[in-house]
Amino acid sequence: MINAPAILLTVQLGIKSLLLHKLRSGLTMLGIIFGVCSVIAMLAIGEGGSYEAQQAIKKLGSNNIIIRSIKPSESNVVGSSGRSRISDYGLTYSDAGRMQTTLVGAQHVLPMRIIRDSVRFNRFVVPSQIIGTHPSYAQITGLDIVRGRFLTQNDETHIDNVCIMTVSLANQLFPFQDPLDEEVRVGMDYYRVVGLVREKSSMDKRPGASAPDSGKALDNNLYIPLSCARSRFGEILFRRSAGSFEAERVQLHQITVQMIDTDAIEPAVPDIEAMLRHFHTKKDYEIIVPLQLLRQAEQTKRIFNVVLGSIAAISLLVGGIGIMNIMLATVTERTREIGVRRALGARKKDIITQFLVETVVLSLGGGLIGVAVGVLVPMIVSYFADMKTIITFSSLALAFGISGLTGIIFGIYPARRAANLSPIEALRHE
Amino acid sequence: MSSSPIIRLEGLEKTYDLGAIKVRALRGVSLDIQAGSYVAIMGPSGSGKSTMLNMLGCLDRPSGGAYYLGGEDVSKMDDDELSAVRGKRLGFIFQSYNLIDQLTVIENIHVPLFYQGRDINECYDHCVNLAKLVGLGDRLHHRPKELSGGQQQRVAIARSLVNDPLMILADEPTGNLDSATGTEILNLLDKLNAEGKTIVLVTHGEEVAERAHRVLHMKDGVIDHEIHQRTLQHVVEELEHDDTAEAPAP
Ligand SMILES: Nc1ncnc2c1ncn2[C@@H]1O[C@H](COP(=O)(O)OP(=O)(O)O)[C@@H](O)[C@H]1O
Ligand SMILES: [Mg+2]
Repeated sequence: MINAPAILLTVQLGIKSLLLHKLRSGLTMLGIIFGVCSVIAMLAIGEGGSYEAQQAIKKLGSNNIIIRSIKPSESNVVGSSGRSRISDYGLTYSDAGRMQTTLVGAQHVLPMRIIRDSVRFNRFVVPSQIIGTHPSYAQITGLDIVRGRFLTQNDETHIDNVCIMTVSLANQLFPFQDPLDEEVRVGMDYYRVVGLVREKSSMDKRPGASAPDSGKALDNNLYIPLSCARSRFGEILFRRSAGSFEAERVQLHQITVQMIDTDAIEPAVPDIEAMLRHFHTKKDYEIIVPLQLLRQAEQTKRIFNVVLGSIAAISLLVGGIGIMNIMLATVTERTREIGVRRALGARKKDIITQFLVETVVLSLGGGLIGVAVGVLVPMIVSYFADMKTIITFSSLALAFGISGLTGIIFGIYPARRAANLSPIEALRHE
Repeated sequence: MSSSPIIRLEGLEKTYDLGAIKVRALRGVSLDIQAGSYVAIMGPSGSGKSTMLNMLGCLDRPSGGAYYLGGEDVSKMDDDELSAVRGKRLGFIFQSYNLIDQLTVIENIHVPLFYQGRDINECYDHCVNLAKLVGLGDRLHHRPKELSGGQQQRVAIARSLVNDPLMILADEPTGNLDSATGTEILNLLDKLNAEGKTIVLVTHGEEVAERAHRVLHMKDGVIDHEIHQRTLQHVVEELEHDDTAEAPAP
């Protein structure tokens, strides 16, 4: 009776028996449904989260070391500066110069000065990030040049008032006309627009997921030569925050060092640290190594997967026990039926097959519904919580497979118990 | 009637071991049953009638003695072989019908063939014919719960015939039915016997037993005495025999 049509008949029979108690079968499936659904949903959310984290880190560049100026704690600032409320900290032009000349394995050293200010054209005013930097910025951060050109060495040496802007900024400033060769105003200075760029990573993102980001100030960047940023804005930068002015004396906000390859990163980090420690009296910088972050993210993901695996195992165990419980009750309830079938020629293994098929139908049915709900939940989460979720095929297969396995494992005992009843004892059962 | 018996019991014993006490339900029963005969087993409650029928039906194993069914020693068979014997060579009718609730009439009739690996589509006509034979041709897709007791028992009879068994075993088949319905069922059994089926039936009722060729009276696990009855049919047959072949006795 192991041929295919017979199994099909047995499955049909199993479904019939389960339909005899619809509510009970449904409730029994709930355990499996929740188990499978939570596994898929959690995997999807975890996968999406780690994908986003990895994208964010990759955007920093896995060959790069990033050094950022950070404002030290308040007490130091007051002490160090005679003038009130001017904080004096951060990376210097000479830091960048030293790295350029002494750091082993450094391909490019890219200094940046980042100023928050409004960019104006006619009556349009858009709050933006003004980034004073070198021509290698485009290559290192992976900018797409949409029109015109990026900064050149010429701009830098001549301290030319030219600028390149992101497409999103251009769209806001120039809704009705071509931005190229127009002049925009920042503070009291005018800059000629020579190019339009788009950040590569914002193209990478899937359209649905990136849509809410695209209008944010983060993408409103205006790139100018570093020499301009230095001379036009002066040493002291003013920052309007929550109604009060803040002044700070910062030369460079960030230095990105691009290494020849990833192997050069690890030895370079302590060198940079030593160099900075030597020239900075306070810790007014931080060193970010995207590669290390990436490894950490991977490690975190592994831990997450282990935790998830345990939760999944527990919830399916609970579901499985629920199934076993019901099947034992069913076997007791249907003892007489078992006796009748045995009297009519069923072998032990026919009875085992029958009950096992019933549990597997129950658990696979639960698995199937669980998969359906499990696919839906991440969609709802990413719709309402604005989180990226990724449903992988392997997570569906895993959850569904485990639910089937649960049915078999927890079905064997009740089925064997049913089969081992002596026919006559089973028939005499009331 | 052929001379080789389809059933031969030799000193069959069955003891139920209940730990503290041992119940000797059968204490050495020896018996031959010829093919085509109609045997009724009677006796007081607890005399071992059901135990005996269960032995004959290969539902239980004897504690001692030998049981030959169609010449084969049943007591030496393993569980799967016993299942095969029940499925291929025996038909059962129970007092409480014992149909399977979730199956329809036609599916219930098919169950023994299902365990012989035969698909319902391939033997559908056969099952329908049996349903018609027991007068349920118009109830094929009803479920047991939708049928009266008599109708359910007729389904059970059709089911017992579906595998064309050597012998039909019935334990008080009319016990749960009113007398009119019981009579219908017994008429059906008579008809089957007339067509050549061997029937062994346990009963309490004298009028039921009257239909059988042989009535075995059991008492305390043994056959106390046996009555050979002459049915009307036998009398006619014998008369014909007398006319053609035998001279009157001196
Ligand atoms: N499964 C069993 N366990 C213990 N004793 C049993 C069992 N089945 C039957 N008996 C005993 O065997 C004897 C014969 O029983 P049974 O064959 O059912 O009698 P009958 O059918 O003639 O009323 C009785 O004394 C009964 O109590
Ligand atoms: Mg009895």
